[in-house]
Amino acid sequence: MDIVVCVKRVPTSDTAVKIAADGTSFDPAGVQYELNAYDEFAIEQALQIKEKLGTGSVTVVTLGPKDAQKELRDALARGADKAVLLVTDKWVFDSWSAGTALANWIKTVPCNLVLCGRQAIDADNNQMPPRLAAMLGFGCVTEVSKLDLVDGVFTAERDIEGAREVVTCRTPAVISCQKGLNAPRYANLKGIMAAKKKPLDEVPAAMPDAAMAIVSMSLPAPRAAGKIVGNGADAVPALVAALRNEAKVL
Amino acid sequence: MSQNILVVAEVRGGAVKRPSLEAVAAATKLAAKNGGKVIALAVGSGLDAACATLATSGAHQVVAAESAALAQFSGDGFARVVAEQVKANGCGAVLMAHTAMGKDLLPRVAALLDTGLVSDVVALDFADGTYTARKPVFAGKAFVQVRATRNPFVATLRPNNFEPTTGAAAPVAKVAANAGDLLSVVKEIVAAASDKVPLQEAKVVVAGGRGLKEPQHFKLIEDLAAAFGPGVAAVGASRAVVDAGWRPHGEQVGQTGKVVSPPLYFAIGISGAIQHLAGMRTARTIVAINKDPEAPIFKVADYGIVGDAFEVVPALTEAIRQAVAAR
Repeated sequence: MDIVVCVKRVPTSDTAVKIAADGTSFDPAGVQYELNAYDEFAIEQALQIKEKLGTGSVTVVTLGPKDAQKELRDALARGADKAVLLVTDKWVFDSWSAGTALANWIKTVPCNLVLCGRQAIDADNNQMPPRLAAMLGFGCVTEVSKLDLVDGVFTAERDIEGAREVVTCRTPAVISCQKGLNAPRYANLKGIMAAKKKPLDEVPAAMPDAAMAIVSMSLPAPRAAGKIVGNGADAVPALVAALRNEAKVL
Repeated sequence: MSQNILVVAEVRGGAVKRPSLEAVAAATKLAAKNGGKVIALAVGSGLDAACATLATSGAHQVVAAESAALAQFSGDGFARVVAEQVKANGCGAVLMAHTAMGKDLLPRVAALLDTGLVSDVVALDFADGTYTARKPVFAGKAFVQVRATRNPFVATLRPNNFEPTTGAAAPVAKVAANAGDLLSVVKEIVAAASDKVPLQEAKVVVAGGRGLKEPQHFKLIEDLAAAFGPGVAAVGASRAVVDAGWRPHGEQVGQTGKVVSPPLYFAIGISGAIQHLAGMRTARTIVAINKDPEAPIFKVADYGIVGDAFEVVPALTEAIRQAVAAR
């Protein structure tokens, strides 16, 4: 099976977001980046499927800045065979234009499975996997936390509101990976050395203008500071009284 | 381009889910501005009861696209039917609730219509011929206001954010849906234990973190949640304890977990890392219990107790139990 894993370089989850001077993006000053957390499960799943089948390839692709080489090298060190960086300097926010660039690239390579993280934790658009599936004519299951492949058919499990869904999906397919699907491996020294010799191609991203233009970006109103009602178990009656009489939530 | 708005209803067990009625209500406000009609669409089989509900939800027209082959959800099968109805009804906008089904279906619809999609929308507007929407980014650490530059406008709306409405009985039209060749199909839905409240729907969330020291100490958290009575409170967890394997990921609150905004949130033994705050800062009332008076959680908490969770939580559980019993 030829597997393409779509990943994204995103600001770390402990980033305190500040607004850029133009008011339509985040201020990159001092921001640290990392591989989108959910993409780790997609990479791991690709490696496990390849190991189980004993054949096939794992190609990792991203749409992002040149600096995203770092995240791609990390994926190669974990065991991916090949990486491709579709280079753009813009913050990849709009999923229609990004999806167009990604799907058009995927169509040029052998691929019968696309694995993605459930969502990128910067834009939180939560739509790339099914969007790619429709553009590629593939089946799709989203937010998968258990996955089996038998005779070219996936059986996937995912959480929905108050229940769990079991979904079957033919290949070719796009699967979006939820935390809990697997335990991602980390790169070891041997992997890191091997990754230096693996191909990492850079291609300018063919990304059309956005379908969703950001008019403005803003921070939510800060919460007013609360009060410490007391210390230890002795403070419990005062807390319960406040919840009942002030906050009126009891 | 027509200004009609198609709202895709989520039907489960023959009934319309409440967030779909919220989406219809949001659509009627847009329609009042642009003069379009709101068309509520139900896809699947056994849709009569759902259509009766949709008919009085404020929609101008209800369409039931029926197919026995679509009795269970299929992302690709449903998307094809929805995209056909968007074209057949001349719609300039497509809305659905931002639920597990909406997140799976509407991006496919947007791709088939070769257009954008704005997800998890908390506010919508139509002015000067253009749709605009507000959505959270970075798990709510910031918000963006976006303007659609392609047609139709497609959006998923955050549940519990728009109020449902009612309207005069709208006509219901039945059409035969062409299911086509299905690539993915739901085979089974396994209901969660009936006494468990979904985290994002709970009125009270009691969340624990590393301050509890051992996984078995989450019994304190579960007991406090249970003290609110059946069906009221859900247990949440910080990323640290989920990553340590103490609790399942389904309970994680934060940027790489769930974003919750219950009326009452307890953060117990949780220091309040930025990525956790992103998941709960919109709760109406936040209570923090932590032995470190400098913990960042106290900066967002409405009420704090500085103290040892092992001492404070059992006392609080007993006090809540009495308060609930006295109601």
